[in-house]
Amino acid sequence: MTKFTKLLATAAVAVGLALPAVAQEDPFQIGYVYVGPVGDYGWTWTHDQGRQAVEAAYGDRVETVYAENVPEGADAERVMTQMILGGADMILTTSFGYREATENVARQFPDVHFEHATGYLDDNSPSNVAVYSARFYEGRAVMGHIAGHMTESNIVGYIASYPIPEVIRGINSAFIHARQVNPDVEFRVVWAYTWFDPAVEADAAQALLDAGADVILQHTDSTAPMTVLAAAGAYGFGQASDMIQFAPAPRISSIMDQWGDYYVRRVGEAMDGTWAQSNTWEGIADGMVGIGEMTDAIPAEVRASATALRDAIAAGTYQPFTGPINRQDGSVWLAAGETADDLTLATLRFYVEGLTGDIPN
Amino acid sequence: MIRLIKRPTPSRGWIVATPVLAVIVTMIAGGIMFALLGKDPFEAIRIIFLDPLFDDRFAAYSRPQLLVKAGPLILIAIGLSLGFRAGIWNIGAEGQYIIGAICGAGFGLAFYPSENVLIFPGMVMAGALGGWAWAMIPGILKTRFRTNEILVSLLLVYVAEAILASAATNWLRNPDGAGFPGSRNLSRHAGTANPELLANTGMHWGVVAAFIAVIAAYVLLNKHVLGYQIKLAGQAPRAARFAGVNPTRLVLLCLGVSGALAGMAGLFEVSGPAGQISIDFNVGYGFTAIIVAFLGRLHPVGILLAGLLMALTYIGGELAQLMMGIPASAIQAFQGMLLFFLLALDVLSNYQIKFGREAVT
Repeated sequence: MTKFTKLLATAAVAVGLALPAVAQEDPFQIGYVYVGPVGDYGWTWTHDQGRQAVEAAYGDRVETVYAENVPEGADAERVMTQMILGGADMILTTSFGYREATENVARQFPDVHFEHATGYLDDNSPSNVAVYSARFYEGRAVMGHIAGHMTESNIVGYIASYPIPEVIRGINSAFIHARQVNPDVEFRVVWAYTWFDPAVEADAAQALLDAGADVILQHTDSTAPMTVLAAAGAYGFGQASDMIQFAPAPRISSIMDQWGDYYVRRVGEAMDGTWAQSNTWEGIADGMVGIGEMTDAIPAEVRASATALRDAIAAGTYQPFTGPINRQDGSVWLAAGETADDLTLATLRFYVEGLTGDIPN
Repeated sequence: MIRLIKRPTPSRGWIVATPVLAVIVTMIAGGIMFALLGKDPFEAIRIIFLDPLFDDRFAAYSRPQLLVKAGPLILIAIGLSLGFRAGIWNIGAEGQYIIGAICGAGFGLAFYPSENVLIFPGMVMAGALGGWAWAMIPGILKTRFRTNEILVSLLLVYVAEAILASAATNWLRNPDGAGFPGSRNLSRHAGTANPELLANTGMHWGVVAAFIAVIAAYVLLNKHVLGYQIKLAGQAPRAARFAGVNPTRLVLLCLGVSGALAGMAGLFEVSGPAGQISIDFNVGYGFTAIIVAFLGRLHPVGILLAGLLMALTYIGGELAQLMMGIPASAIQAFQGMLLFFLLALDVLSNYQIKFGREAVT
């Protein structure tokens, strides 16, 4: 071996030793648990956009991993545990059904931060779990306003997923604001009992069209209803993602889930050591709920009034649940000028006056 | 020219060899798929098959999880295998699993907050009865009205899912759960919990039941006249009738046993690893168990091994997602390959391969 190659070898060893020292700056690892596939262009896709926002914001300082299609229950617990064993410092579980699993794993790993989407905290919740959700009902108010203007048959269809407060809140909010601009409007609600099932959602959309609806709101995540609406010449709204590929019609606006800012903020806090348990419920003002572009299919004056409504909600000058509002049975829920508090909204389980049909039992 | 000649009886050697060969061929084909996705195939295969068992970071946790995941698969598959051997096709174990869980959980919650030690055995009985009763619907329809048990049992899965959604959002909903869907947590309440029996082994009553079922099925098939009747009915239905086998009794028995075992699997899951009745409580064990039953050659010991192998591909597949970013759908395709190659290679045990021209007679 010549001196030169020896030197090279020594240099190589030195570099080899030095490299791990540089890489010692251990990136902050974040694990995302997804209930659907990242390619659903709905709920899970929006969370994955949030994950990418974190990567973009912090670059090499963070490392993200994710698992798709994770069933809610024991499997989620295993996935989270394996993420943590693999080095994760923070876990985000992006579906309500992960609540028990998240809390169980959080108890075993008190040093790991957990963020659970659309959940709630109670006295037994471990202190390293935070919950967050978006005030989607604010966006529904704007969609309802537009729908009330756009319908000619005065029948608005609504594809609902499960009869839970989140969904019931959205129906009420959309209905109240549709009635505000169109006293003759009626809602027809179809319960799909799924968050994502293109075939079922398409059937639901067709059933609503057959019932006379010409504008349809959806609280399910696939674009299948849009395809049905396009064929029928009816209108709809993007859900979760912008669904802009169906603009200018049938998609005339959209309600978007935007998690990026929140994720970037919370990951930053976790890295700084300022992270604390919290219960976050943000809406249009904080950018967690986005209103997608209103297309030319909507008359200009309606676009203007819908934008004004959005801005009033964002500015905090208007709350979508402001009395007088009666319950479906006619009893008073909110007196004139009274607004609903968060606890009432979070646990809402009844229709407001004017909605027909029953919430399924 | 290659010809296939049917063997008079399946080759014993190939029956044992084909599952092993199928695993190897799956590794090769799966490796090619991973390589096409731009992932290191050797690392992927190692992570899927070896890391859950031997990796320093994961093995201590993953090994017990293997039992947790395999337990319900084995328990259900054992029940199904009896019927499959007799030519009675219960495809609806998923539904029986759901109904068993609901009945068992309902029984336990009815006594909440009592912690009486008799509650859990009662729940097991209720779970088994629920699964049995759900399987009796296709059973009685078949024996009475000659309906097809494949269709009826499969369609009843969707009915069971609707009942589950109703239970989770309504009549079994946790009254302290802020209006969110999902029952009380059974695994965190002493009276209804199905705990880990030995710390860090993953052993819970469901795993114990699965082992007992394996032994019982082995004895039944080899030593008991009923096992003989089951095998005879499958291989030679006419001969079975001449031998005095009562087909009605056999149908009800096979469907009943598989339903009861699936129901028990559901109960053990809801009171242990899953913890609660939720909208998406069922994660496909009832369907995956069909694969396990065939992968295990409808033989009790084979099913035991196949259940563990299937569990390994789930757990290792998750690790591959986390560590290498392999999409969940690629992992599912990998699992699908396993079944495909197994069935394709069956040709070797049922046929002889001859080269050259067929002799002219």
